[in-house]
Amino acid sequence: MTLLQWLFDGLLGVTLIWLAWQTLASADLFKAIVLFIAFGLLMALAWVRLNAPDIALAEAAIGAGLTGALLLVALARLNAVAAKTDNTESNRNAKQRFAPEDSVRTTAAVNQGFSNKQNLFRYSLVLMLSAVAAGLAYAVLSLPPEAPGLSRNVAENLYLSGVSNPVTAVLLNFRGYDTLLEMAVLLLALLGVWSLRRLPEQYDSSPGPVLDMLSRLLVPLLLLVAGYLLWVGARAPGGAFQAGSVLAAAGVLLLLAGWRLTARFLGWPLRFALIIGLAVFVSVALIMMLSGGQLLQLPPAFAGALILLIETAATLSIGVTLAALFYGSRPQPEQISARQTDSGGENE
Amino acid sequence: MNNAYLYALTGIALFTLGLYALIIYSHLLRKILALNIMTGGVFLQLVALSTRARPLLDAVPHAMVITGIVVAVSATALALALMLRLRDASGSAELIEEPTE
Repeated sequence: MTLLQWLFDGLLGVTLIWLAWQTLASADLFKAIVLFIAFGLLMALAWVRLNAPDIALAEAAIGAGLTGALLLVALARLNAVAAKTDNTESNRNAKQRFAPEDSVRTTAAVNQGFSNKQNLFRYSLVLMLSAVAAGLAYAVLSLPPEAPGLSRNVAENLYLSGVSNPVTAVLLNFRGYDTLLEMAVLLLALLGVWSLRRLPEQYDSSPGPVLDMLSRLLVPLLLLVAGYLLWVGARAPGGAFQAGSVLAAAGVLLLLAGWRLTARFLGWPLRFALIIGLAVFVSVALIMMLSGGQLLQLPPAFAGALILLIETAATLSIGVTLAALFYGSRPQPEQISARQTDSGGENE
Repeated sequence: MNNAYLYALTGIALFTLGLYALIIYSHLLRKILALNIMTGGVFLQLVALSTRARPLLDAVPHAMVITGIVVAVSATALALALMLRLRDASGSAELIEEPTE
């Protein structure tokens, strides 16, 4: 390790911690979210330094990009509700939202004893968490410097997996169960969001010429990138999750530009796109089991093709689900103007 | 080699920082941000420690973290929806503690 690499890693680590602190301590929630997106992008850099380009792609697209979009749209909805409810109490709450410390200080002014107690609580919390951090650091530093983990098993069996990218092999073949359940979690999260009451639509229906033109230029490009990531995932960094999140980014862009699915696509075509990833995955797993193997066991001869099939379906479902999560509430057929984003998925 | 420990320690710092903010702040959006920082710290540590398999690449923690990132975004989306619903129901997205004195 050269001195320059040490300097870079040290600087990156300090910047990550500083950004995290700024994100959490910033009085303005909007600023906090923007800093969080910057934090996610620097995390992607850290993944590259740790020789994990697959995670870097996923972090940049999902961790920074889509999470940031979800947070920003939630903040916009929060503020819209605050502006609409006009009574004094919610106005006070709205102010508190932007200055979270104020609520603490107000309480402190009312009751000095309470404030002292709160300070005591904070100091003891800092003390306890420092002990936790020190204990964790001690545990990490006392680990043996060499730990092959499962790397040898993966390397020795990679030729059986049907792909040459070890991360894809683990995700879709060796540990396919994790990925199967992860698809289920994604679907469950959407069902949870849809089962809540419908939220008011917050998008400007007239996006302006720049966003309109930009989305026309970028969406085809994003579809191309998603297809490339999906295909290249078999042997290089990439795969269904990275491709799906790029697809979701195309959907988010279309939603922001005012594009909505027509009522015709709101019923079963949308649901079909949402569940096809999980459905194909489960079907393949069951067919393999019924034809003499075990659940999720892929025969080496067809493994490559089966992984591509599962990943293609998963990409579509992940993209549509993430874009639907961004849209928020369940699309209502009676509202012609208000519709879903999955256009990205449908076009593909 | 030892740079990985640097990232592992950064991960611990992020986790602790996020845990502190999760407990201290009453606004739910801040708590959701804190949870995301905490998951970032956990992932960083997991992958940093997996580099001890060098020269081989231990793909299992990498795959676990990719799975984790997708689960984290699902949880975040659901948490944000619940926060907005709570805001509709109670008029506030903060958890205000009743002064017990």
